[in-house]
Amino acid sequence: MGKVVLVTGAARRLGGRFVRQVQREPGVERVVAVDALVPEHDLGDAEFVRTDIRQPAIGKVLAQHSVDTVVHLDVSGTSLGSGGRTQAKETNVIGTMQLLGACQKAPTVRRLVVKSTTSVYGSAPRDPAVFTETTPVKSLPSGGFAKDAVEVEGYVRGFARRRPDVAVAVLRFANILGPTADTPLAEYFSLPVLPTVLGYDPRLQFVHEDDVNAVLLVAAGEPRRGTLNSGTFNIAGDGVLLLSQTARRLGKPTVPVLLPAVTWVGQLLRTAGVTDFSREQIRLLTHGRVVDTRQMRETLGFTPAWTTAETFADFARGHGPGLLPPDRLAAAVDRLAAALPAPRGAGPRTGAGADAV
Amino acid sequence: MTDAKVIPFDEDSRTRRGGRGRSRQGARGAAGKGADTGTDAGAGSGAGSGTGDAGDGGTEPLTGVPEVAEIPAQAAAGGRGAQGPRESAGAGPDAAADDEGGESAVPAEPPLPSLGGVLTGLADKMLGGPWERKVASGLEFLRRRVTGDYEVDEFGYDEELTEQVLMPLFRPLFEKYFRVEVRGVENIPAEGGALVVCNHSGTLPWDGVMAQIAVRDHHPAGRHLRLLAADLVFALPGFNELARKGGHTLACTEDAQLLLERGEVVGVMPEGFKGLGKPFSERYKLQRFGRGGFVATALKTRKPIVPCSIVGAEEIYPMLGNSRTMARLLGMPYFPLTPTFPWLGPLGTVPLPTKWTIQFGTPIPTDGYPLEAADDPMLVFNLTDQVRETIQHTLYELLVQRRSVFF
Repeated sequence: MGKVVLVTGAARRLGGRFVRQVQREPGVERVVAVDALVPEHDLGDAEFVRTDIRQPAIGKVLAQHSVDTVVHLDVSGTSLGSGGRTQAKETNVIGTMQLLGACQKAPTVRRLVVKSTTSVYGSAPRDPAVFTETTPVKSLPSGGFAKDAVEVEGYVRGFARRRPDVAVAVLRFANILGPTADTPLAEYFSLPVLPTVLGYDPRLQFVHEDDVNAVLLVAAGEPRRGTLNSGTFNIAGDGVLLLSQTARRLGKPTVPVLLPAVTWVGQLLRTAGVTDFSREQIRLLTHGRVVDTRQMRETLGFTPAWTTAETFADFARGHGPGLLPPDRLAAAVDRLAAALPAPRGAGPRTGAGADAV
Repeated sequence: MTDAKVIPFDEDSRTRRGGRGRSRQGARGAAGKGADTGTDAGAGSGAGSGTGDAGDGGTEPLTGVPEVAEIPAQAAAGGRGAQGPRESAGAGPDAAADDEGGESAVPAEPPLPSLGGVLTGLADKMLGGPWERKVASGLEFLRRRVTGDYEVDEFGYDEELTEQVLMPLFRPLFEKYFRVEVRGVENIPAEGGALVVCNHSGTLPWDGVMAQIAVRDHHPAGRHLRLLAADLVFALPGFNELARKGGHTLACTEDAQLLLERGEVVGVMPEGFKGLGKPFSERYKLQRFGRGGFVATALKTRKPIVPCSIVGAEEIYPMLGNSRTMARLLGMPYFPLTPTFPWLGPLGTVPLPTKWTIQFGTPIPTDGYPLEAADDPMLVFNLTDQVRETIQHTLYELLVQRRSVFF
């Protein structure tokens, strides 16, 4: 681990957790947390610098603290303040450009970790079922956060070419969930009734917040023996859940809607401010997305502690059951099973078996 | 001359059916040619003593078996009958019903079974087993489904749903409607990956569904065929969901390679829509096998290629014409015009009840080639042609053997 770590996006929960965690790592002398807003949560002993990464001032921060490790977490789908989509896009794209420009000028920087997303692969019927890091993308995301992420990754690749001495890691996270996650998908799952696309049951993969923290630490530190922590990696928990499965485990009824109508409903919900149901989100909920994590295991040497199913169970615990709690449904089926006569040969018949004669 | 044409085909099916067929053939052979087939027929028929001997040898053990089987059955019935009265003292009408069920096996004079007995019997017959147990396991299944407590793989394959719901739905079609005869399924290895290459026909991809059931039900290891389907399937609502849950995935190199590396049996139909939507006049004429991507994938993963020929699917919807305008309007690769579709509306989508044969051929190994063989276009083309020729040749053989399209 480098001596001075700079973390962007510290006002978000994810950034805040990482800032608190990274201070405890051996060898870390100072942590500089950066964001445009003052965080509501505690950042421990970290030094908070309120600056917008879209401004050139970030270069001064880098030089002043002689930062050697930059962890760029300020790439996300929603903006923290009241800026909305435009603000989020600017922070993602312009912010990354500004930050990378500053890094290029800072000779002390040795390591760069960038948070990205698996939505850079898009999701279309013509895509393979499982994406590897090198899968050519058939349908580039046309807008939204996914497009931002594609652009951010493009700038990061350019930076890696210009500064070959800096180890660059791009981590493509699957949908991040956990008890405190505030991603658009978490918002979707907290709707009382889940609208789904009729005739599609997408495959989803989740990664737990704890694993996000752990893998960021692996990527920000010195590589362990036999592993390499620079490059692009898919990060996701083991296994897959179907959307129908998640709805049942959460105990929420689903309302299948025709695909053209879903877009309309999404717009309506967005206007009403209920949830940020973007077009890209709808595509994820239509075709789903699964990534291959062999690189993460073999090259990066990271094994997630939570599987997709466990991550979702943890999320479900934090949110409480919906209108159709799974345990109540199970109990209903059990009652039905108890009303049945016992199998012949396995024991004496009971109750309803008396209908003979 | 006619003998020479008929006997080899009979032999093929007889040997599969086992000992009984062989002894019968021995008898017939002994009647016709004597010493020539005597050696084939083995110990039972002897050298040259003729028809009678061989016939006796064949029938005696057969009549013997039911007798042996009947005795314990009767003894059991008697034993139950003896226990009956003792139980009926405590359990009342229930035990009496059981008693009747036991006695009905004795042929002497069948007493009238009670209404409950009839209902139970009917339920058993419909569900294919003791109905209480079936319903209990059905409820267990339902419990897992409503709570979402089941597993799917990365391709979205829901094994439980496929085994319990989707397969039983299509099995009557396989067994009763198309009466599919499966041959050589043991050519698919019992474990490890293999690439099954089939011909494609029939306007609607019923052949894929039937091949999947054939492998699942007839392979000794009960393997699952993972089919590669066109992107159109995954673009259509409903079909997307069913195909993914049934274990199919998109026909692309990445998915095929991943499945093969995991040791799955992957099924591919390289003709694609060219084969599926070809006119009736071109039936059983294999179309171009794409660019041979399937061979390259098999070479890369070093898994054997199993050629598979399906006869019977061509005639289920005789496609007499193709309305290009409609196809373009609906965004489909073709729009079939058959004697019944679209004239009879939904009734036109009922396939004709043809008799099917699915023959799996000898596997073509690919592990003898060097690793870079997948990048050698000449080798890939040659192997593609070899697979294509094998399937085409088998198709012609099966067609010669076929007595009629429907029987």
